[in-house]
Amino acid sequence: MKQSGRPLSPHLSIYRWPITMVLSILHRVTGIGLSLGLLAFTGWLMAVSSGEGYYGTLADLFDSFVGRLLLVGWTAAFFLHFANGIRHLVWDAGRGFEPSQANASGWSVVGLTIVLTLAFWWLL
Amino acid sequence: MSVRSPLARVLGSGSAKDGTDHWWMQRVSAVALAFLGVWFLAEMLRLADFGHATVHAWVAAPMNALLLSLLAVALAYHSSLGVQVVIEDYVHGPFTKVVSLLLNRYAHIVVGAAAVFAVLRTAFGTA
Repeated sequence: MKQSGRPLSPHLSIYRWPITMVLSILHRVTGIGLSLGLLAFTGWLMAVSSGEGYYGTLADLFDSFVGRLLLVGWTAAFFLHFANGIRHLVWDAGRGFEPSQANASGWSVVGLTIVLTLAFWWLL
Repeated sequence: MSVRSPLARVLGSGSAKDGTDHWWMQRVSAVALAFLGVWFLAEMLRLADFGHATVHAWVAAPMNALLLSLLAVALAYHSSLGVQVVIEDYVHGPFTKVVSLLLNRYAHIVVGAAAVFAVLRTAFGTA
């Protein structure tokens, strides 16, 4: 394909970023992140079944700065994917498609994610 | 009777896939995960500590072991379906795509099986 120098779709460099678009890509990104989290979840279960030694090693890993960062990240990803997922299910029921509704529900998802993540870690 | 031209059929043009099943199962597993996921996080908040003895005892309790197994299966399935769509969107080339889709499916089956096996081992094993 010959480079014409014209901006290419989706025109990220010149376009405003609608909340609907941002949440759509975040839904996919958090999904991938959670799939990786599934590996950690399984590893955790395997460590529990394998005895104190293995479990201790994994616990130390997750107690590190990077480990804690990952755990917070995974909970945040879960809450966003979860809230946005419910938003998707509402659309599947045929409701909430008006731009004003999609934007409102979108911002609600963002707010809910922040609140739930903070609440979870505060309560833990 | 197919409305495709003979050439289109030979070339495999147009949609050849049945997507309805995937769409529906993604929703079925999503709703299951909504409940199971919330349950899991709530239980994590209720755990006194994350020492091995406490966690082991919690996993080994029959109801927890059952729900954890269901959670693992639902997670693996939902994740597999999700990654499948991502692969279909971004990976091209007939061979690479097929191999990627196969590996995705197998990897998730292994992960799901490993998680369930670990839970059962904890529940039925000795200490």
